[in-house]
Amino acid sequence: MEIVLALGIGVLTASGVWLVLRPRTFQVVLGLSLMSYAVNLFIYTMGRLRVDAPAIVGRDAAPDPAAYADPLPQALVLTAIVISFAMTALLLVVLLVSRGLTGNDHVDGDEP
Amino acid sequence: MAAWIDHLAVAPILLPLAASALMLLFDERRRGAKLAVAMLTTIALVGISIVLVGRAGSAAAIVYAIGGWPAPFGITLIVDRLSAMMLALASVLGLASLIYASARWDRGGPRFHALFLLQLMGLNGAFLTGDLFNLFVFFEVLLAASYGLLLHGSGRARVSAALHYVTINVATSLLFLVGASLIYGTTGTLNIADLAIRMPSVPESDRMLLQSGLAILGVAFLIKAAMWPVGFWLPTTYSAASPPVAALFAILSKVGVYAVLRVLLLGRGGEAADPASIAGQWLQAGGMATILFGTIGVLASRTLSRLAGFSLIISSGILLATIAGGGPLAGALFYLVSSTLAVGALYLLIEPIARNEAEPNVAAAADPVFEDEVVHDPDDEGDEVGVVIPATLAILGGGFLMCALLLAGLPPLSGFVAKFAIIDGLLDAQPPIGWARWTLIALIIVSGMATIIAASRAGIDLLWASERAPRTLRLAEAAPVGLLLALCLGLTVFAGPAYVYMEAAARALPGAAGPPPGVAR
Repeated sequence: MEIVLALGIGVLTASGVWLVLRPRTFQVVLGLSLMSYAVNLFIYTMGRLRVDAPAIVGRDAAPDPAAYADPLPQALVLTAIVISFAMTALLLVVLLVSRGLTGNDHVDGDEP
Repeated sequence: MAAWIDHLAVAPILLPLAASALMLLFDERRRGAKLAVAMLTTIALVGISIVLVGRAGSAAAIVYAIGGWPAPFGITLIVDRLSAMMLALASVLGLASLIYASARWDRGGPRFHALFLLQLMGLNGAFLTGDLFNLFVFFEVLLAASYGLLLHGSGRARVSAALHYVTINVATSLLFLVGASLIYGTTGTLNIADLAIRMPSVPESDRMLLQSGLAILGVAFLIKAAMWPVGFWLPTTYSAASPPVAALFAILSKVGVYAVLRVLLLGRGGEAADPASIAGQWLQAGGMATILFGTIGVLASRTLSRLAGFSLIISSGILLATIAGGGPLAGALFYLVSSTLAVGALYLLIEPIARNEAEPNVAAAADPVFEDEVVHDPDDEGDEVGVVIPATLAILGGGFLMCALLLAGLPPLSGFVAKFAIIDGLLDAQPPIGWARWTLIALIIVSGMATIIAASRAGIDLLWASERAPRTLRLAEAAPVGLLLALCLGLTVFAGPAYVYMEAAARALPGAAGPPPGVAR
């Protein structure tokens, strides 16, 4: 499972970096989205990979922490997803405004 | 100590949030009411931060557990001398920019005041928080507000600059997340104070991961602090922003420096405490390269706004190199306050000075997008703050001269005191003063000289050699500049007490290896 996740994060990051370095604004936005997916998966793995372990403690009087997954990275991922979603939406608006003002979709506003 | 003063710790975050939420209930026709709410909130923030500075200077730090959750599990806010000082700096700068904006710029687009208060909320939160992930959240709040403010007034240059600025900062935030999660993965905590305790006991096998986490986090902070080679975005972005926004942005790069002080110095704990550690060396070299880059940029810049941007880069470089090189932290803090105020004042002066150069660059009014937006003409004269004052040339020239002196670090103003304190501290170390310190001292002096050359050239061009007398200067445009410069003057006159306060602030920092003992006198 580790190798699959590591490969997934690696491929997402590599594609994201490549797209961010492209000259079209839409490619840049897609690249940032892919990179944020990779980062979200990465945060998730920092809580260690566990299978079949709940993150929420039940009503037991003395729960055994070893039987549960770390809930904190999951909460962090949730925050990170919301924030990157909002930023992508904002970037899309700026992209459209830039397209309208300059008449092209190059990141510098001019075709080289 | 009364309990109410402890609850003041959360007020700098809640107050602007509540006020900006309130503003969304009114549409743009109620601009006067919005301005009044924003002004009252900002004045209240100045008052609160002054109370907090007084409280922090006389007693132990307030550690405010949000929601009553105990420290390592919940999020804490920390009001110590340093954070109280930064709060005061941010709110004073905010007040000055808001007064300036009330002259005409706040009519250049919708929802200026709400975004402005959210920006202050993000800044205050970033200064107050004691939790790494919460720091990320407040960074995002202040960045989101800064995107909106940068676009305020619209126009092609702003949109183009904003496209780059947003992209760079979204990528930076991803680096921040990677760094923070690596640190969590190795230490199991996000509380900054708790990190300091747990870091030395991280097992040898995880040390590499922890250090790379700190390094990645450091890159994110240094992009914000505009260190060379990742600070290229700053002059273009800030000169595209409208003047009151640029003045407020003068403190944004200092947030990066503040985060370096708070978090990265933790990495110097334990065996890596000496400034000769690898991170310290990189930071020092990077800081010095930044000073050099800023110096060349200042000499090459043909407009005042780029000059101000490169001055900001120089000040970031001096701060980073001093902090990393084991220089006097108190001197660095003094320089931070003085240079931020000076650059803020310079950004506010740019537009009134440039007004006599060519046709007034009218704030382009953005077209309404949503139906609750009403666009005012920014040059609409029928407003209550438009008192035109005489002798504009003398006021503008005097203000510009003071800014130049402050930025160059010439006596008699606080810029000189700050640079003198830094150089004196660097020379005060143990006898063999390394080449790195000599280089830093030389760079600080050379950068000051370059600033004075560039500023006098620009001043002669724009103030003395111009054909026409300046048209008008409104009271609301002159007053904030006067306020910021008067504060610098106050910092000069009361340099003693201010320096004692900053020395105490520096001593409380984590892993504060310096200041060397000779500095405290």
